[in-house]
Amino acid sequence: MSLASARPMNHTGEGRSIRVDLQLIADMIEPGGRVLDIGCDDGALLAYLTHRKGVDGRGIELSQAQVNAAVRGGLAVIQGDADTDLVFYPDTSFDYAVLSQTLQAVSEPRRVLGELVRIGRRAIISFPNFGHWRVRLQLLTSGRMPVTGLLDHPWYATPNIHLCTIRDFITLCDELGLVIERGFVLNRAGQKLPFDVPGRLANLFGEQAVFMVKRP
Amino acid sequence: MTYTAPAGMGRLEGATRTWPDHRLTFGPDAPLALESGAELWPLALAYQTYGRLNAARTNAILVAHALTGDQFVADPHPITGKPGWWEIMVGPGKPLDTERYFIICVNVIGGCMGSSGPKDINPATGRPYGLSFPMITIADMVNAQVRVLDHLGIDRLFSVIGGSMGGMQVLQFAARYPERVFSALPIATAAHHTAQNIAFHEVGRQAIMADPDWCGGDYLLDNKLPARGLAVARMAAHITYLSESALHRKFGRNLQDRPKLSFAFDADFQVESYLRHQGLSFVERFDANSYLYITRAMDYFDLAADYGGKLANAFAGVKTRFCVVSFTSDWLFPTAESKTLVHAFNAAGAPVSYVEIASDKGHDAFLLDEPEFHATVTAFLNGAANLAGLTDRA
Repeated sequence: MSLASARPMNHTGEGRSIRVDLQLIADMIEPGGRVLDIGCDDGALLAYLTHRKGVDGRGIELSQAQVNAAVRGGLAVIQGDADTDLVFYPDTSFDYAVLSQTLQAVSEPRRVLGELVRIGRRAIISFPNFGHWRVRLQLLTSGRMPVTGLLDHPWYATPNIHLCTIRDFITLCDELGLVIERGFVLNRAGQKLPFDVPGRLANLFGEQAVFMVKRP
Repeated sequence: MTYTAPAGMGRLEGATRTWPDHRLTFGPDAPLALESGAELWPLALAYQTYGRLNAARTNAILVAHALTGDQFVADPHPITGKPGWWEIMVGPGKPLDTERYFIICVNVIGGCMGSSGPKDINPATGRPYGLSFPMITIADMVNAQVRVLDHLGIDRLFSVIGGSMGGMQVLQFAARYPERVFSALPIATAAHHTAQNIAFHEVGRQAIMADPDWCGGDYLLDNKLPARGLAVARMAAHITYLSESALHRKFGRNLQDRPKLSFAFDADFQVESYLRHQGLSFVERFDANSYLYITRAMDYFDLAADYGGKLANAFAGVKTRFCVVSFTSDWLFPTAESKTLVHAFNAAGAPVSYVEIASDKGHDAFLLDEPEFHATVTAFLNGAANLAGLTDRA
């Protein structure tokens, strides 16, 4: 959604290179399974997974133009809304439910997270970290809502209505009784950083985070 | 093959015809078994084709027409001379690219443009069927179309596409013959007719039957036409094809060729004049009994009911790739109905794409110039063609 569009996107075609953060997500997915990509943009991740890993991929995307781009690539993508449409998917109908850079933009993140682990055996979630030092420093020094490379909208125009820190996310997973299988942090360019998650340094230096969670 | 003018449409005879047309006939040795239990013979199926069937017979697209449509998708209409009803969609370089695909459209049975219908001669009586024509359903229409595909030697369609009642046929085709269709586009449609849909159709049917010239369905015998009833039915239906905002944009409260109100029941308003024109021109080209039969077929359509009440069951194990399209201002087949379809495809595990097109043109948007809609169809067919291994040229 908003964050992804701010960064360069390689067109994948037959599964050529994809955005670095999407590559990290793709690497977490076992070949041959069923994947639901929620907020799939033009289907770059789905195309990669379909061609390189033989997955049966489906997508949900809000933007009609992006849906058309994905459909043109032969992908099965539905114009829809993560807030309202997940309820219609049967339990455990996918091996993975992926929510990339979208959790902070939905109106009920807690409910959406619950739906992800209901639909998928595993859920993979990535989001911008509001606990990053630059965000903290901006708020502390200027006293105004932070605007950074990843969070590049002024407060009155941002689609990111439910920002959280990495610690907040982990707390929510605990409240929902979810098992965190994997978690790591990335810089703005989507490159992996060597800080353990959970951990204070990860929450301070990770500009974005990727988690793989499941029901116990 | 030559085109035999159906009874009651004498003006067709002698018309100059430069496009190819086709009509298959089946006798008592090959009757069509109808859902009602009746058998239909002789069975006539009139159809048009566009483009060329490739050597492997893998590039065929079946277009299913809507209630008052016909097989003349991209030809001038043989009666009215108007352009084909989907010329905007079918032709060289268009979304249904005739340079690449072989397009087939069959007049539905029950219709009045060459396929068997109530104005044909009943072999048992030697008179036009009228109401003795058997009731037909959407499934019967699809089974008849499969006869044409068999005749053409097409084992599997590359795609089946249709809007409104055409979309119902698309759904029925994919549910009944999933192995015979690679991709499917149900557009501005639903898996069943709602109470509101049925109600509007009933108004139309009652208007026809209330016309004394309907003669209990035997107007052809009496050399009459229930023109007023059929025109009123068309007027009422036409309102349902448009949105309020489209009507307002086209007509508002504008007066028709007059400076002020007449204080009488003439067509003072442009919208009245428009509807009267729609009604009258419809009578020229459509048979009243066909209208009764085909509206009934739509009312009877309830795909979920045929599969234990669960729509997803209709598509269990179906590998066909679906692309569902709805239009925001379509209140006859609203977006909610399309979403029901999408959820059923998802629950069944069938690959599905879905786009809701922003349009203020109402249900008729699928027939009109909607670039985003056309882009979606092009994109979906291109993607499916790649997956199906279709080369660029037929």
